[in-house]
Amino acid sequence: MQVNMLVNGVEVSDDIEPRLLLVHFLRENLRLTGTHWGCDTSNCGTCTVWMDGTPVKSCTVLAAMASGSEIMTVEGLATDGELDPVQQGFIEMHGLQCGFCTPGMMLSARWLLDHNPDPNEEQIREAISGQICRCTGYENIVRAVKWAAAHSQKSDTREEVGA
Amino acid sequence: MTDVKDKPDGVGFGRVIRKEDARFVRGKGSYIDDIVLPGMLHGAVLRSPYAHAKIISIDTSVAEKHPKVKAVITGALLETLNLAWIPSLSHDVIAVLATDKVRYQGQEVAFVIAEDRYSARDALELIEVDYEVLPAVVDAKRALDPGMVVIRDDIENKKDNYIFDWGSGDEAATEAVFEKADVIVEQDMLYPRVHPAPMETCGAIADMDPISGKLTIYCTTQAPHAHRTLYALVAGLPEHKLRVYSPDIGGGFGNKVGIYPGYVLSVVGSIITKRPVKWVEDRSENLMSTSFARDYHMKGKIASTRDGKILGLRVDVLADHGAFNNTAQPTKFPAGFFHVFSGSYDMEAAYCSVKGVYTNKAPGGVAYACSFRVTEAVYAVERMVDRLALELDMDPADLRMKNLLRPEQFPYTSPTGWEYDSGEYPRALQLAMDIAGYEDLRKEQAEKRANGELMGIGLSFFTETVGAGPKKHMDILGLGMADGCEVRVHPTGKAVVRLSVQTQGQGHETTFAQIVSEVTGIPVADVEVIHGDTDNTPFGLGTYGSRSTPVSGAAAAVASKRIVEKARLIASAMLECSPDDLEWTTGRWQVKGDPSAGKTIAEIALAAHANLELPEGVEGHLDASCVYDPPNLTFPFGAYICVVDVDPGTGKVKVRRFIAVDDCGPRINPMIVEGQVHGGLADGVGMALMESIPFDEDGNCLGGSFMDYLLPTSLECPSWETGETVTPSPHHPLGLKGVGESATVGSPPAVVNAVLDALKPFGVKHADMPLTPAQVWRAMQGRPMRTDLAIQ
Repeated sequence: MQVNMLVNGVEVSDDIEPRLLLVHFLRENLRLTGTHWGCDTSNCGTCTVWMDGTPVKSCTVLAAMASGSEIMTVEGLATDGELDPVQQGFIEMHGLQCGFCTPGMMLSARWLLDHNPDPNEEQIREAISGQICRCTGYENIVRAVKWAAAHSQKSDTREEVGA
Repeated sequence: MTDVKDKPDGVGFGRVIRKEDARFVRGKGSYIDDIVLPGMLHGAVLRSPYAHAKIISIDTSVAEKHPKVKAVITGALLETLNLAWIPSLSHDVIAVLATDKVRYQGQEVAFVIAEDRYSARDALELIEVDYEVLPAVVDAKRALDPGMVVIRDDIENKKDNYIFDWGSGDEAATEAVFEKADVIVEQDMLYPRVHPAPMETCGAIADMDPISGKLTIYCTTQAPHAHRTLYALVAGLPEHKLRVYSPDIGGGFGNKVGIYPGYVLSVVGSIITKRPVKWVEDRSENLMSTSFARDYHMKGKIASTRDGKILGLRVDVLADHGAFNNTAQPTKFPAGFFHVFSGSYDMEAAYCSVKGVYTNKAPGGVAYACSFRVTEAVYAVERMVDRLALELDMDPADLRMKNLLRPEQFPYTSPTGWEYDSGEYPRALQLAMDIAGYEDLRKEQAEKRANGELMGIGLSFFTETVGAGPKKHMDILGLGMADGCEVRVHPTGKAVVRLSVQTQGQGHETTFAQIVSEVTGIPVADVEVIHGDTDNTPFGLGTYGSRSTPVSGAAAAVASKRIVEKARLIASAMLECSPDDLEWTTGRWQVKGDPSAGKTIAEIALAAHANLELPEGVEGHLDASCVYDPPNLTFPFGAYICVVDVDPGTGKVKVRRFIAVDDCGPRINPMIVEGQVHGGLADGVGMALMESIPFDEDGNCLGGSFMDYLLPTSLECPSWETGETVTPSPHHPLGLKGVGESATVGSPPAVVNAVLDALKPFGVKHADMPLTPAQVWRAMQGRPMRTDLAIQ
């Protein structure tokens, strides 16, 4: 079947099997391998992407269901080569080690900051609680999101997409 | 050498952001499943639904007719290649594909190779296997009962499920200590079967070039060189035609040490199809079939005087090794380093025995950041010390302080023969208590108890045992546990360092550059780290058991020191003076008493490649290598304090605070060390409260997905409070000890001790992990349950 979607601002269309998962469509058909797969059961959240401005776990979304939608992956976080403050925050505060859960974590963090520019620790922990990290014990992810909050410009263009 | 204040910015040890992050935050890492080769096929494994069953027949004919299937491999085919069975890491064999019987649920039965991932999975459904189901051995405690079904009837004359008996320490001396002791406390405890569960599962791509005969194996391996040699030894493949390439790894924690059937099947698949074959397991396959950890049933017995001087400790272990003995540890030590179980305390005698048995469960046992079973050892001793404190009605902190090894006892020889390199234990415990505000916490607890609230404070003190070899005592299948390193300074003064170890998130690309920088004065930014590729790195045993910094880090330091010494000779030729007239300042040799006359390492490097006439015996270029065989292990240590609140209505545990003081010697990069500690603490909370893989009476695995195998999220973890003391290792060239597993090893007993401390008003003396709400609630009722079996 034919699917069409806007991925990181680029129109894509492809003829796919109806059962193809969004995570596999992104990774294999579009070769956007920054979105990772980790569990199949929606528990780990490493496959998190934005669909029409909302984080979803792309291992449990059919690519067909995403047809007509706007998708943002980790590859869409930076603007004109400039890292998003969330990406910079993860670097500055050592919010990642193996890097596998990181794309999904950053997309949830960006969504949180778009809706709550100055979250407290509890709100940050709640926002990333659908995702598992095995390396960091979450502490430095929380610090990274706080760093990003402190360094985010209020006029961030993504705010409109995420709102 | 470790004082960063002496050095210019960007050189040596200190907080530096990581080199690897630039690609990871952009989604540009390259993990195994991100790699696509031209013409690549996809493999999928058919697994046993039964824990124990005879294979009557396997019919692959329908699957083979699937239009996208290229090949189906069964055990019968592997038998023709002599690859149906391969040696395990512990004097046993493992089945690549089952031929006679399946021996655990999830065992590999057939391998389908198809043009795409989905088709390979589809075709699994088309394979018909006729099984005759056998009774399963699920309870390790009954594995040796007379008349129990024999799991390993593939072993000639095997009549039972016994694997080994092993012991360490002086049993007679320990028993003599128990004879004279005022107080003896005994406690049975289980360290349940858990799983490292890295976010990225295991996988491989095998690519056999039929023209050159060169086989490249892209693989999630923590030990690429060991893998290559084992492939050569087992399959008879010529080692110079084998390249193992370990790409970015999405977490390892010991899960990616061993060679799994899927890797071997990818290789066979590529040889058969003459195309690259990728195999990446799914989460259930990962949890059900790859290396589990722990599964130690321990009987502890501790002796002390009435006033709390610990005299002796005995632990007898029943070790559930699953269906094949495939634990990964140095050959001599079938229980890993469990015999370091006397821990951090001064005592007269100690003895442990370990009995290994087969059950119808997945093989493994040494994994999950355990430092070769130091995790189980620390849990045993730290629970026994708390049990003793309960019996003596002593504060567990006082009891520990009274018995900790004193600084003047180092180097210390333990009752089982370990030589601890260095330690200042009371200082670390005191710091942890100061950060925690220990006395205030006890006061708060007393007030809360008076109100019926359940607050607990738990301590643990651990001594880690990491950095294996030395190779005269330690090998993996005959390969001595040493590591190589090569450092080359380019003509312009930039450098490349090649490692035998492989990062799985530890940040080697940054920290090893810092080691080279620390010694040579070349800025961290100017040092490139190459690792994970056997064609481009020196031989070594790999990253596990927290051995990268103690062993490979030492190799990098020694090679770098050789660079500096060679640079001295070249500088002396440049400056036309004697080498003895030169002194080293960071990155520069200069004439003693005349700092203006000197040459930087970059100037020296250029001269080494140019037409300068070098002193006799000095070759051109500026490079050096080292194979480091450590003289001893290193012994990092730490003091941990956990504070919990338990809901008396539901049994739910909330970890309110966790204080961790770690001493791993000098810290290469404090940011990375702290991050590793954080991750290990989360492991401890997970194991203590959530994680386990139990089985039902038929041997069905009940922890086979993240729906059932629960891992801690941001909500279960508190904001970690960390502290640091620094006691350098006397034998490591930079005093470094390693830290990767410290917190995973040290934290579980602190959490468990805290929960049991909270439950003290109920008279609860012990309950096994995981302390789920159900387990805590049952403990409050006086009926804690076995956590290894679903049937009580």
